[in-house]
Amino acid sequence: MIEFRDVHKHYADYHALRGISATIREGEFFSLLGPSGCGKTTLLRTIAGFEDISSGAVLIDGRDMAQVPANVRPTNMVFQSYAIFPHLTVAQNVGFGLRRDRRGRMEKDRAVAEALEMVGLGGYGARAAHALSGGQRQRVALARALILKPKVLLLDEPLSALDRKMREQMQVELIKLQRQVGITFVLVTHDQEEALVMSDRIAVMFEGEIAQLDEPEALYARPVDRRVADFIGVMNFLPAEVLGDGGEVVAVRIAGLGIVEIPAAQISRAMPGDPGPSVGFRPETMTLLGAGEEPRGAVQVSRGVIDEVVYYGDMTYYDIRLEGMGEAVEPVRISMRNVFGRDVPAVGIPVRVAWSPGALVLFR
Amino acid sequence: MAARGLDREARQGLALVAPPFAYVLLVMAAPLLVMLATSLFLFKTGYREYVEGFTLANYLQVWADPIFRALMLRSLWVAGLVTLATVVLAFPVAYFLSFVVSPQRKALWLFLITIPFWTSYLIRVFLWSVILAPNGVVNSILDFFGLIERPLRMLNSVEAIVVTLSHAYAPFAILPIFVALERIDRALLEAGRDLGENRVMTFLRVTLPLAMPGVVAAALIVFIPTIGDYVTPTLIGGGRVPMIANMIQSQMLDQDNRPLGSAIAVTAMLVVAVLAAVFMALNRRFLKVRA
Amino acid sequence: MRPNWLGAYALLYLLFLYAPILLLPLFAFNDATIVAFPLRGFTTQWFGEMWENATLRRALGNSLIIAGSSAVLSTCLGIFAARASTRFRFPAKGGIMGAIMLPLVLPEIIVAMSLLVVLLSIGVTLSIVTVIVGHTLICMPYAITVLTTAFASLDPAFEEAAQDLGESKWGAFRLVILPLVMPGIISALLISFTVSLDEFIIAFFLAGNQPTLPTYIFSQLRFPASIPMIMALGTVLVLLSIVMLTIAEYFRRRGAARTGQNDRGFL
Ligand SMILES: Nc1ncnc2c1ncn2[C@@H]1O[C@H](COP(=O)(O)OP(=O)(O)OP(=O)(O)O)[C@@H](O)[C@H]1O
Ligand SMILES: [Mg+2]
Repeated sequence: MIEFRDVHKHYADYHALRGISATIREGEFFSLLGPSGCGKTTLLRTIAGFEDISSGAVLIDGRDMAQVPANVRPTNMVFQSYAIFPHLTVAQNVGFGLRRDRRGRMEKDRAVAEALEMVGLGGYGARAAHALSGGQRQRVALARALILKPKVLLLDEPLSALDRKMREQMQVELIKLQRQVGITFVLVTHDQEEALVMSDRIAVMFEGEIAQLDEPEALYARPVDRRVADFIGVMNFLPAEVLGDGGEVVAVRIAGLGIVEIPAAQISRAMPGDPGPSVGFRPETMTLLGAGEEPRGAVQVSRGVIDEVVYYGDMTYYDIRLEGMGEAVEPVRISMRNVFGRDVPAVGIPVRVAWSPGALVLFR
Repeated sequence: MAARGLDREARQGLALVAPPFAYVLLVMAAPLLVMLATSLFLFKTGYREYVEGFTLANYLQVWADPIFRALMLRSLWVAGLVTLATVVLAFPVAYFLSFVVSPQRKALWLFLITIPFWTSYLIRVFLWSVILAPNGVVNSILDFFGLIERPLRMLNSVEAIVVTLSHAYAPFAILPIFVALERIDRALLEAGRDLGENRVMTFLRVTLPLAMPGVVAAALIVFIPTIGDYVTPTLIGGGRVPMIANMIQSQMLDQDNRPLGSAIAVTAMLVVAVLAAVFMALNRRFLKVRA
Repeated sequence: MRPNWLGAYALLYLLFLYAPILLLPLFAFNDATIVAFPLRGFTTQWFGEMWENATLRRALGNSLIIAGSSAVLSTCLGIFAARASTRFRFPAKGGIMGAIMLPLVLPEIIVAMSLLVVLLSIGVTLSIVTVIVGHTLICMPYAITVLTTAFASLDPAFEEAAQDLGESKWGAFRLVILPLVMPGIISALLISFTVSLDEFIIAFFLAGNQPTLPTYIFSQLRFPASIPMIMALGTVLVLLSIVMLTIAEYFRRRGAARTGQNDRGFL
């Protein structure tokens, strides 16, 4: 549907896109995720036609877009600032793109009314645009773009200006809307949670490159390198020493966890800046065992001392210093769902933790 | 990193500024160049007689001319006094506008201050001659209270010119200072107080240095045009205290010596440019703060 | 206590600014041929004289033509410059914009003299057209100042949104940018008009034998007998400028309110 072929973008003094190659599929909810300044907006704008690329190609439906100006591309955009025209009414804003449409006045009015209905703003047509709330502007921007039935809807951090409640509500609405209209959505965000919640697939970008393009689950469970692992959710890293490589499995000695065999499927790249091989795992893959509690399933048990307790209401983070992990390594963070009536262990108490080798990722 | 020619944005931008820029080149820059060329390549030897060819004779004549030196010095003196007066008088007003007036009323104050500036310059200048005349407002008031026996002679003097010009250019001084003061982060002032300075010291050590770019801009914006003022010496000076503009005009038109007139104009502009550059250099450390 | 002192000073300063202008109506309605205190009595004679003065009417006509043309020309050129400076990055931008704004500080006598020399040497007859040429130059920086504020307050996404919705560059300009900066344009027109209407030096040297309001006023200041009438004229002109500036300010603020930026006075 949308294809990037080795796209580069140079600004006068900055190399903003460094060889982007990727394909966005028809009808999927696709997100561009990455830290500020990594080039997400720039990449999105090359699809819309607001940014000339320095080399490479952007194709939509197999057609090279190089000579196609923004106003005739089959894409529409929801701008970060929404860009609702302040001198027009809500209906005039939504109907803005219909000017060149051959349909009669009545039909256009009906289309506008339908579009407003779709985003939950039925009856707001006559309102002045500058008298809308943030959430309402956002909906007008959506209606204005969707009324033109684009093949792709581009959204640049559309939720970042909203407060938390509103943002969560709009996330759900956007997912529903995408299913309803069935077109490709490309969303830019720097909020990993938002990307995980909403997307079919996510491209994680760093410094003008796509580091990993995957489904949310895969991205979370199997990050390709430490940067991605670090950016998505919380990940613990422990230094590891590779003892032997048997092809199918690699034997490593992990500070605090002992000697473990890790299957090849759980091995990712180390980055040039990394301190050496390391093993990562998510906080929820380890369990704190209560006194006398026996671990269930094929798991291993390690001992440690609670270093810090961070209470979050529904759950608690425990930072634990494992036996034999050494002073130089940060304590590992474990998350536990809080159970009503059960005590939260305090700092300084010796504990046992259960973990499974299947949850470890080796970066080498 | 690819070295490339002008990108699309640069081309569009240049295409867009082209009309106004071409107009300025044609109507301002070209005539100034012609003026420069006239002063360097023509020399008047008699009635409608000129020698062509590169010459510095006009400039030598200008610098040797005691009248030129006297008028240039007077113009600089007047402009300097006017600049000092306007900036010193304006600073407290700008400070008041920025720090005391409530945000909703700032626009109104600014509007009130700028209005007189937009109203007939000529008549405003002339009114000062009414105010300062022997039978004018000041003398009438002094006389009414029996403070004087004979009317004071105030017209046709450098002082009268300075008063008039200070009045005329007042808003020019307020606005840049006001803008500089507005830009000061109020937290900085609180930080100053917080670090144990009293109000006066905070003003001297924080506010004033940060306002300096505005003060420098105000000084230049008043100084440069006042040097070349023509109307005030004519109306208030009564022709008896001419300034450099009057000399340029008289050489150009009355004496019909355009090469010499051009040389005077160019010299005056150079003097002003050098002074402005020196002034900016002296205030470099203030101007750098925000760069 | 300090704010009160400052406030008092600011009020005094305002009085100083307005003092000469406040004298205008006093003498305009004063029943005496000499402009001096004490005042004699009330008359509207000077306004009548002004009304019947044929040269004055011609000067007014010329001035209106000059101010109208210069306002339109300088605002049109100003739109180009303001748009380029707010929306585009291009080489030598600082230098180019600096040159365009230079007439703001260049003494008018220099502008007038250099233009005069060129015009005379290429044999152009001095007329109101030559004044328009000069006035357009000096009005342009004022127009640009106002227009730049108007253009700069626009979210660049407005233009892109319009293009994204299918409009060409020109369509986006016409349907979105232009309506949004219209208050700024009107304000720039009025301010340029006011500047031109009031400009004396360039008109004095470049108008040939055509009178404009300021040059006519200047010529009459030499005759004590005409001065009361000039005071009446001045009163009218001051009122006129105040009305125009108030309208300009109204449009400027409306533009600011519309695009939702905070307010900062002119200049
Ligand atoms: N017009 C420009 N000229 C020069 N550099 C630019 C320009 N626009 C963007 N950049 C640079 O390109 C890089 C990528 O910018 P981009 O706006 O795509 O980042 P982003 O990933 O969207 O970040 P954010 O989350 O902050 O919006 C940034 O480092 C930015 O400074
Ligand atoms: Mg961005």
